[in-house]
Amino acid sequence: MSTLHTVNKSPFDGTSLTSCLAHCLPGDAVILIEDGVVAARKGTAAATAIEASLAQCKVYVLGPDAAARGMNGETLATGVETVDYGGFVELAATHDRTQSWL
Amino acid sequence: MSDEARKFLYVNRKAPHGSIYALESLEVVLIGAAFEQDVSLAFLDDGVFQIVKGQDTKGIATKNFSNTYRALGDYDVRKLYVEQESLDERGLTVDDLMELTHDTDDEDDLTSIIVVNRSEMAKIMSEQDVILSF
Repeated sequence: MSTLHTVNKSPFDGTSLTSCLAHCLPGDAVILIEDGVVAARKGTAAATAIEASLAQCKVYVLGPDAAARGMNGETLATGVETVDYGGFVELAATHDRTQSWL
Repeated sequence: MSDEARKFLYVNRKAPHGSIYALESLEVVLIGAAFEQDVSLAFLDDGVFQIVKGQDTKGIATKNFSNTYRALGDYDVRKLYVEQESLDERGLTVDDLMELTHDTDDEDDLTSIIVVNRSEMAKIMSEQDVILSF
């Protein structure tokens, strides 16, 4: 039984990401979408928290949202995977539930 | 789909009067209560402010919907999980919250508020069929 968590707010705009990571359980996955993707930019304070949580859950960014914000493979924090819309659907389908952190 | 009631959790993380999230959540919960699901509410982060007692919105000319939380018990919504760490961070205790209760066949005015810590909250979330976030 695992959960796909979505985060759509910048980590500099509130507690969505912090709270999400604090409620993630082993085997869960987190996908950063919309403004949430900036958390996965290499070198941000939030990226450190994300890299730390990779030990127990997988972290993805939605590629089109990242690209729109000037992020690519080189500017992405280590260990974060990029998925396209199809990959997002696949993740939603392979987890038992999704939980949005708004 | 099985006949067993599905577990629905409404997650509330926003303070009540600065945006529409809290009121929308409450309205969806009350509408959803008619469908006989196993409903719980979670209050964490700024969401704990939704059920603080003594709210008075006369001065901001908006609807004071805080009293509506008292109706939840009548709709068989009996599990209101409140995160201890979120209370602590905001200088609140359970005594700062409204007395939200429900009746059973045997007893009246049982408290619906269940204070849990963060890891218990994570576990409760992981046991749901559906999570609706506000």
